[in-house]
Amino acid sequence: MRRFDLAIGIGGAAGQGIATPGDILARIFVRRGLHVNAYNAYQSIIRGGHIFLTLRTSDEPVLSQGDKIDVLVPLNQDTMNRHLRLMRPGSAVLFNSDTIKPGVMADGVQLCPFSVKKLAPSVRGDLVQNTIALAAILKLVKVDFEILEEILAIQFRRRGAEAVKENVGVARAGYDYAAAQFTAFPYALPDMGKRLAFFEGNQALAMGGAAAGVKFYCAYPMSPASGVLHWMSRHARQLGIMVRQVEDEIGVINMAIGAAHTGARAMCATSGGGFALMTEALGAAAMMEIPVVCINVQRAGPATGVPTKTEQGDLWQVLGAGQGDYPRIIVAPTNIVDCFNLVPKLFNLVDKFQCPGIILSDLLLSEGRSSADPAELDFKVPIDRGEVIGLNGSGPSANGSYKRYLVTESGISPRAIPGTRGFTHVVATDEHDEDGVLISDEFTDPHKRRSSHEKRMRKMEGVLSLLPAPELYGPADAQVTLLGWGSTEGVIHEAMQQLADAGVSVNNLQIRWLVPLHAEAIESILSKCRKVVIVENNYSGQFSRYLRSETGFAAAGHIRKYDGEPFMPHHIADGVKAILAGSTKLYVPVHEIQV
Amino acid sequence: MATVVETERVKVTIKDLKGKVDPDWCPGCGDFGVLAALKQAIVETGLEPHKVLTISGIGCSSNLPGYLNTYGMHTLHGRALAVATGAQLANHELKVVVTGGDGDGYGIGGNHFVHAMRRNVDVTYVVMNNQIYGLTTGQLSPTSIKGMNTKSTPFGSVENPINPIPLAIAAGATYVARGFTGQQKYLVELIKGGLLHRGFALIDTFSPCVTYNHDNTHDFFKQRTKRLDEMGHDPTNLHLAIERGSQWGDEIPIGLFWKREDLPSLDQLEPVLGSGGPLAHRELGIAPDMAQTLIRELM
Repeated sequence: MRRFDLAIGIGGAAGQGIATPGDILARIFVRRGLHVNAYNAYQSIIRGGHIFLTLRTSDEPVLSQGDKIDVLVPLNQDTMNRHLRLMRPGSAVLFNSDTIKPGVMADGVQLCPFSVKKLAPSVRGDLVQNTIALAAILKLVKVDFEILEEILAIQFRRRGAEAVKENVGVARAGYDYAAAQFTAFPYALPDMGKRLAFFEGNQALAMGGAAAGVKFYCAYPMSPASGVLHWMSRHARQLGIMVRQVEDEIGVINMAIGAAHTGARAMCATSGGGFALMTEALGAAAMMEIPVVCINVQRAGPATGVPTKTEQGDLWQVLGAGQGDYPRIIVAPTNIVDCFNLVPKLFNLVDKFQCPGIILSDLLLSEGRSSADPAELDFKVPIDRGEVIGLNGSGPSANGSYKRYLVTESGISPRAIPGTRGFTHVVATDEHDEDGVLISDEFTDPHKRRSSHEKRMRKMEGVLSLLPAPELYGPADAQVTLLGWGSTEGVIHEAMQQLADAGVSVNNLQIRWLVPLHAEAIESILSKCRKVVIVENNYSGQFSRYLRSETGFAAAGHIRKYDGEPFMPHHIADGVKAILAGSTKLYVPVHEIQV
Repeated sequence: MATVVETERVKVTIKDLKGKVDPDWCPGCGDFGVLAALKQAIVETGLEPHKVLTISGIGCSSNLPGYLNTYGMHTLHGRALAVATGAQLANHELKVVVTGGDGDGYGIGGNHFVHAMRRNVDVTYVVMNNQIYGLTTGQLSPTSIKGMNTKSTPFGSVENPINPIPLAIAAGATYVARGFTGQQKYLVELIKGGLLHRGFALIDTFSPCVTYNHDNTHDFFKQRTKRLDEMGHDPTNLHLAIERGSQWGDEIPIGLFWKREDLPSLDQLEPVLGSGGPLAHRELGIAPDMAQTLIRELM
């Protein structure tokens, strides 16, 4: 049983310092072994606008931002106006009464005004209200002041002893004021006696790359994928990874391909717009049979779209990336630990099958932060480079008969690394024969073309045989099966719980490996399900259309959201209820808050 | 798996560099001269074929790696320099040679061209500049002269061409030369100088197209080109290099315009390559203590 479930919402304009109190709270929570999920709703501006950080913690795993806010910290009037009306009985609102006035609200909401002028008359700066609010929150959930003091000392260490002392003083005033004036929550934040790690999806993807042995990483900055570049750049020298910022995404993927061809594991990340520029080269990697991994962190499109908002709108882009048919592996991680674990797995597959691999993440997963047991981050992963000649000087000796694109049953031909004596060859983006000789220039040989094309495409059968088939989660004979892919797993699982509490039994089939797709296994599972509802974060039902093309399966209902914000659990629960009631087949929830 | 025994270095001959197929260029194409000069330069510098990676884009001239027995990559149109940058950084013990045409390098690949030079990537870039798009049967190229009649400019081009020489000098290339296939020995010298240079070496080469460019022919260049080494040119003089590089008309200088050896190449500047050999051959995986350090950052 969940002992408590606390969601704190901190909102204000960009530049008002929302991140710091958020980081401090998260650190305090995970150091007590509490689970945390953080989602930051923001806009593509450096100053102004409306930023709203939802930090949710519990003694049990938290899989999404949830549905409610228990503690609201509006740092400006705008945030107060947007959110106060949504606060429920039992919640608290902490604000600086010098500058912010409350408005209409529900009964049972505790207003907790404090005056910065009175509590910290001698301290200057706009960030004082954040520190007071932070201390007051901790008092409401009965955390000892010493815990905060310790974290503040770490947080402000770089700014010197004076800054630490000042912040601790302000925090003390806020803490004592809350003790005297505000009503505490009915529970104390427990200490679970262990520590959890707390990180964002982009960090997990980057660490997964490091664990996989990535030696070359390059990127062009693009939200929401830049977090991978930032982690890689910070750790480049420590880990011996070459990190390059490139002139454009076309350069990025081609540079990665060049590095990969010489034998280094190479990776890059971008968002949909950058990915669009990379597509021709992904086909080139497949044609030359060079293993490379590209991460697409989806944001709301098309075009520049909504750069700071989430969507699962690039599925068809990655399915059809580039001209012609070519083997590619596409995987969509379903949670933050999955982001870490899938990268080494994908590298082993692309090395073995010598083709490009695409990781389809999204803003929610990549910029969302989550706690995890550090034991789940196992850097000691199996590494399989496939059939390579000449890495570290090893390999068979040359006998003059080497054919780079030898036609084999598996479609895999041993790959010789440049620099290896006796294996010189040319790889080409033009169609070529077993020897790498172009077939398009003098005599276009239909038999050779067919043979080469089939050899490459055959590899997909081998990939599929190594991929685990998806499995149902939850009761086997449920009334409803929620079918999702990628990042929606967490919120679907929370919706399942809500529906179970309401007497509706639901299970979930979450698809992780998208290409090649375990079509037969999926069809077999779905044919036994009573009512299938597909949940996805896009307008046109990209996955449902893909599933139909691969299996012929058509779902009974659809829940879709494409307003830029991720699903909240109740959006899905409400959708299931509406579909069960027969009032609609396509449910599009309304997002309640303007962010 | 048996270990490859590095046999003693054998002297490489022109014959050793012959590729799997013969060129399918039009008879009389300047590119034959570039291929021959490149082979000669490789032989004279003593590079072994398996230590050379020749990378091209798309176009008539970009077919060159297929005609040469080194490691080769025939990449996408305009992308050779980006691929080459990745390859050189991942294995800086390879000699990376990039070949291609004017459309490939100065047109569709223009962005990579500028940035590869800015970074002073250690590659030797031989551009077969014929001032026309040949493989697409005769359209305007970025180096086509103003007024030129082509299939895409039947009434004459109104645009000014790019001059890669001053562009390269300004962008940061550290070896900037221009060759002409009608001056074969001189071209070998210029390419050889590029192969021996540490950093970005451009050898823009007049390589006339006999099929689609009837303006800038072999004879056109034969009458106009003038060797810098016979003009007493000093390739360390920036102003003179830009001035002579910009010269066009009755007298067109060829030779080494600009060279500086005091600037390290990108691989030399990158601390990750400081020790441990080529990235491509390093051990994969994270040591347990390092893994612990990385995890601690998250707690």
